[in-house]
Amino acid sequence: MAHAGHHDDHGHEPPKGIVRWLTTTNHKDIGTMYLVFSLLMFLIGGAFAFMIRAELFEPGLQLLNPAVFNQMTTMHALVMVFGAVMPATVGLANWMVPMQIGAADMALPRMNLFSFWLLAFAFLLLLSTFLMPGGAPASGWTLYPPLVLQTGEAFPMAIFAIHLMGASSIMGAINVIVTIVNMRAPGMTLLKMPLFSWSWLITAYLLIAVMPVFAGGVTMLLTDYFFKTSFFNAAGGGDPVLFQHVFWFFGHPEVYIMILPAFGIVSEIIPTFSRKPIFGYEAMVYAIASIAFLSFIVWAHHMFTVGMPLAGQLFFTLSTMLIAVPTGVKIFNWTATMWRGSISFEPPMLFALAFLFLFTIGGFSGLMLAIVPADFQYHDTYFVVAHFHYVLVPGAVFGIMGAVYYWLPKWTGHMYDMRLAKWHFWLSAIFVNVLFFPQHFLGLAGMPRRIPDYASQFADWNMASSIGAFGFGLSQLLFVWLIVKCVRGGERATAGVWDWPHGLEWTVPSPAPYHTFEKAPEVH
Amino acid sequence: MIEPGKRNRSLALRLVLMAAGSFAFGFALVPLYDVFCEVTGIGSNAVLTRAGTVDGEVPVPNRKVVVEFTASVPDGGWTLEPVAPSMEVQPGRLYEAHYRARNLSGRETTGQAVPSISPMRAARYFVKTECFCFTPQHFARGEERELKVRFVVDRELPKEIDRLTLSYAFYDVERKAG
Repeated sequence: MAHAGHHDDHGHEPPKGIVRWLTTTNHKDIGTMYLVFSLLMFLIGGAFAFMIRAELFEPGLQLLNPAVFNQMTTMHALVMVFGAVMPATVGLANWMVPMQIGAADMALPRMNLFSFWLLAFAFLLLLSTFLMPGGAPASGWTLYPPLVLQTGEAFPMAIFAIHLMGASSIMGAINVIVTIVNMRAPGMTLLKMPLFSWSWLITAYLLIAVMPVFAGGVTMLLTDYFFKTSFFNAAGGGDPVLFQHVFWFFGHPEVYIMILPAFGIVSEIIPTFSRKPIFGYEAMVYAIASIAFLSFIVWAHHMFTVGMPLAGQLFFTLSTMLIAVPTGVKIFNWTATMWRGSISFEPPMLFALAFLFLFTIGGFSGLMLAIVPADFQYHDTYFVVAHFHYVLVPGAVFGIMGAVYYWLPKWTGHMYDMRLAKWHFWLSAIFVNVLFFPQHFLGLAGMPRRIPDYASQFADWNMASSIGAFGFGLSQLLFVWLIVKCVRGGERATAGVWDWPHGLEWTVPSPAPYHTFEKAPEVH
Repeated sequence: MIEPGKRNRSLALRLVLMAAGSFAFGFALVPLYDVFCEVTGIGSNAVLTRAGTVDGEVPVPNRKVVVEFTASVPDGGWTLEPVAPSMEVQPGRLYEAHYRARNLSGRETTGQAVPSISPMRAARYFVKTECFCFTPQHFARGEERELKVRFVVDRELPKEIDRLTLSYAFYDVERKAG
C-alpha cells in the first residue's frame, strides 16, 4: 500500500508495548501473533487430548463422565484443526511468503490485522461454550445432525464461532493470493517461486473454494434448529446424509489445507540440509496442484458406510487411490533430493525426515481405508484415529515444527539451543509412535472411537497409547521453553543461518528487519 | 501500469466473489443432491424413515411432554408406522400407543423391533412397561395388525427436555443374511 514519496506509519519503527501488537499491520508482527496464538491453542487442544487419554488409560469410567468426554474429543479436534494447525500455517505464510517472493508486506495489511483478531475472538467464543448450560459441543468436529442438534445452549455460539474462523481463514487466503499474484519482485516468475509459497498459493485457493461451503452447511444446521427448515430433518423431507456430503465436500480439501503447507516446508528444508537443489521442482508444483484437484472428488470415502451404489463406491475408491500417485511423486523427489547429497542432521532436517517417514505410514493406512470392504470393518474404529493422527501429528505438526526450527534464527536473530531441540525431536518422535501406533492394533481389533470406556481386551494397548500421549504432551513443554529461550537471547545468527541457504529470505540480516524489500530485489 | 493498490483491490474483490460463489454452491448442493438421488435412484427416503409429522407445539403448564413416534424398516419387506404420530403426555402417568405393522414379504415370517429414544440423555427416563419389541412378532403372510407399547415418562425428566422421540427399527429375523 505504501509507495515512494508517500510515507505514513510504514517508514517508522513500531510503537512500543501492547499498542504495537494491537494495531500492527506489519506482516512479521501478524505472523508472530498467529504463531503464538497457534502455540497457545496447541497447548489447550493438547490439554483436552491429555484428559481423553487419561480417561482411556484403563477401562471403566474414572475421570470424565461420558458427556464431558465427548466434549473433549469435539473441542480437541476443533481447537487443533482450526486453532493450532491452520493458524500456524497462516502465521508462517505471513512471515515467509513476502520474504520469499521479495515483497515489502502482505498485499492487504489491514485485512490481515482484521483476520487475525477475528480468529482470536472466534476462539474466545468457542472456548467459552464450556461455561454454558449443556456444555460445549459434543458431537465430534464433524457436527453430524441430528446429534449436533442436541447440543445445549452453546449451539448457536459454536456455529457463530465457526463462521468467524471461516471468514478469518478466507480473508487470510485472499491476502496470500493477492500478495503472490501481484507483489512478486521483478524476475520472480511463478516457476522460480520457492515451494513453500507455491504450496500456500494452492492452499489458499482450496480455502476459498471450500470454507464457504462449510459455512453454508453449518448455516443450514442453524436454520434447521431455529427456523424449522428441514435441510437435514427426515420428518420434514430432508436428509441427514446430505450434511455428511456437504461436510466432507469441505472436509476432504480441508485435510489438504492442513498438509500442503507442510509439504512446502519440507521441500524447503530437505534441499538446505542435503546441500542440493530440490529434485524435480516443476514436478513438485504439478504434484501439489494435482493433489489439490483430486481432493475435490474423493469426499465420499469418509462415508462409505452410509450406503451408496457400487458405481459410487468404485469411483470414490479409485479416485482416492489416485492421490497416491502425485503424493508418491513428492515422496520420491524428496528422497531423490537427498540422494548423494551432503546431508547433515540439524533439528529442522530431523523433523523433515520424521515427516517423510511417518507421514508415509499415515498415507499407507489411508490407502487401506480407501478399500470399501476393508473400510466397512475399520470405519469409526481407532484405526481411523491412528490414520489421521499419523498424517496430522508427525505430518502437519512436525512440518510446522520443522519450519519453526528452520526459520526461528531468522525471526529472532538468535541461534536456539541445538541440544534442547534434539531432545525435543527425539522425545516427540518416539512418543508420537508410542501414542499412535498401538491405535492401529486397537482399531483392527474393533475398538470404536469416541467412546469413554472399552472392553478389557483393549486395556494393554490403550495404556501404552496413553503413556505415549503423556510423554508426547510433556515433551512439547521443551519446545515452548526453547522458543522462549531463543527469543530472549543466544548466539547471534548470520544472515544465511545455515550452511547452504537458498532463497531471498536468507539475503536479509537476522533478525529480519521490521521492513524488508521496500525496494524490490532483482531476481535472476 | 495500473497503480498497485488498485490491482490488489480488484483481485481481492474477484476472490471475494469466488468465495461468495462457493457459499452459494454449498446451498446449491441441496437440490443437486436430490436431483442426483432421483437420477441414480439411490437412497429412497420413503424406505429409510417413516417419520411422524411434527406439530411444533410446546406445552408449558403443569409439565406436558410431547412424545413422537417413528419407525423404520431398514431391510424392507414390512410396513411399520405409528397409528398416531405423536402424543402429549404428563410425566408420571401410564400411556398406551399403537403401531400398525404389515407383512409384505409374501410369506409367513417373524419380525423384531429394536427401540431407540432420542435425545439420548432422555432414554433413561423413558420406561416401557409393555412393548412389542420385547418379543419377536409372528406374522402370517400378508397379515396386518396393531402392536402395542405402554410407557411412563419418568417424573425426573430434565426440565429442558420437552420432546422425545421413540423410534423403532423393524427387522425380519427369518431373512437370511446377504
